[in-house]
Amino acid sequence: MARIVVVTSGKGGVGKTTTSAAFAAGLAQAGHRTVVIDFDVGLRNLDLIMGCERRVVYDFVNVINGEANLNQALIRDKRVDGLEILPASQTRDKDALTFEGVEAVLTQLAETHDYIVCDSPAGIERGAHLAMYFADDALVVTNPEVSSVRDSDRVLGLLASKTRRAEQGEPPVSEHLVVTRYAPSRVGKGEMLSVEDIREILSIDLLGVIPESTAVLNASNAGVPVILEDKTDAGQAYADVVARYLGEQREHRFLDEKKGLFGRLFKG
Amino acid sequence: MAAASPQTTSAFELKGRMATLTVLRLQSNDARHVLVQLDERLAEAPGLFAGMPIVLATAAELEPSADMLAAVVAGLRERGLVPVAGMDLPADALADLGLGQMRNSDGERQAPERDGPESARSAQRPAAGGSRVITQPIRSGQQVYARGGDLVVTAPVSAGAELMADGHIHVYDTLRGRALAGVQGDTNARIFCRTLEAELIAVAGQYLLSEQMDARLRGSPAMAWLEGETLRVETI
Ligand SMILES: Nc1ncnc2c1ncn2[C@@H]1O[C@H](COP(=O)(O)OP(=O)(O)O)[C@@H](O)[C@H]1O
Ligand SMILES: [Mg+2]
Repeated sequence: MARIVVVTSGKGGVGKTTTSAAFAAGLAQAGHRTVVIDFDVGLRNLDLIMGCERRVVYDFVNVINGEANLNQALIRDKRVDGLEILPASQTRDKDALTFEGVEAVLTQLAETHDYIVCDSPAGIERGAHLAMYFADDALVVTNPEVSSVRDSDRVLGLLASKTRRAEQGEPPVSEHLVVTRYAPSRVGKGEMLSVEDIREILSIDLLGVIPESTAVLNASNAGVPVILEDKTDAGQAYADVVARYLGEQREHRFLDEKKGLFGRLFKG
Repeated sequence: MAAASPQTTSAFELKGRMATLTVLRLQSNDARHVLVQLDERLAEAPGLFAGMPIVLATAAELEPSADMLAAVVAGLRERGLVPVAGMDLPADALADLGLGQMRNSDGERQAPERDGPESARSAQRPAAGGSRVITQPIRSGQQVYARGGDLVVTAPVSAGAELMADGHIHVYDTLRGRALAGVQGDTNARIFCRTLEAELIAVAGQYLLSEQMDARLRGSPAMAWLEGETLRVETI
């Protein structure tokens, strides 16, 4: 039985798709059969970040509408074994994702995968709701700014009330905080919230901190999930996120201005 | 016109959604009396009420005339408030005033939107006197109402969240959102919190916005209560 992980935030442009690509690639590198699904119907850019946009023939909506079967739509990653992508459609309207359709696709994927990573669109409308509805775990992606933290807080409220687990009275979706685009120098100047502030406001477990890094843009231009660039700070930070998610204890780093220094260990 | 085909794009969506509305409950049959007191209230918080949707209701023993309602509605509109509906008021009078009809029979009352799973569960099994205990964080956009009793929260309350209770409110964590105790008018209701960072606190309708609270209280354990008409806040 697969575990369904939604990558969500409320706010757009905070790094959900970057995180989805890196996280899914990291899980696959660790030997888990993983599929990452782009729920952002209309905007579709997971395939770009994964570098497989030219191989998209059928998409998520085609599968839901019965115009293609899953095997026709899934794209196998060429670099990482056991990693597949289900792209979003570019042209269809947002109502193309139906509750029953999403449920059927997830059920089928769950038979053949260990992890299903759902890259949520921004907002709290239909697409975002469907992306989180079936989740077992959530990565809540937050930038160190007040508006992003507020939107993440809203999303946490929805995870606790508008998901299958909540509605059926099962154990709640387990929530993990991923702070991205973290620039310690700007935190020092008081221009950004610190990781401690964000954790305090959201009061959920911190899975990792991804530094603001030019490596992310370079990797996305090259169509490579940044975690595969293992010499880069952001790549290493995502590797830590995956390892911690899989149960390994790792110190948090990239929290301080001085490069290469390990950040202090967070307690609890 | 080269517009999108009206057949293929849906021009609207109908959604059932719970929202908090301010209810103005008439306790006098004299429209002028009502409006004079309203002006005093508005003067305390200029701007706060501008554009605020209002539901008109009335104390059980009053039977306001259509003229009286018309005068109040006109007065509200003059003051920038937006009367939207009447609750348990004569249908024909409401229709004449362009207001919707709402009913407030207890059986139809719904749980607030986005109540967490736990709060939904505790709503089904109310503790003694309608008190509720919430152990999960209450997030921005969520509302929790302890109808007929106290509200006890043992987790943080986010900015943008709203707590309401007919009785006391206890928050054994940080209160960043809004807390309204004694919402049915109990002037003995109090608010207690371990860390005060609230946006607004209110007891029986008397409220303080964060900027009206003593800045030294921020971040402290605090209690709020009514002394006469004055809402007091002190550390505890
Ligand atoms: N850690 C980071 N450092 C620098 N830029 C980043 C980082 N994470 C994301 N970005 C950039 O932010 C933009 C939005 O990222 P994306 O993953 O598409 O966000 P979302 O899916 O939440 O809209 C992209 O241009 C991406 O390259
Ligand atoms: Mg995205």
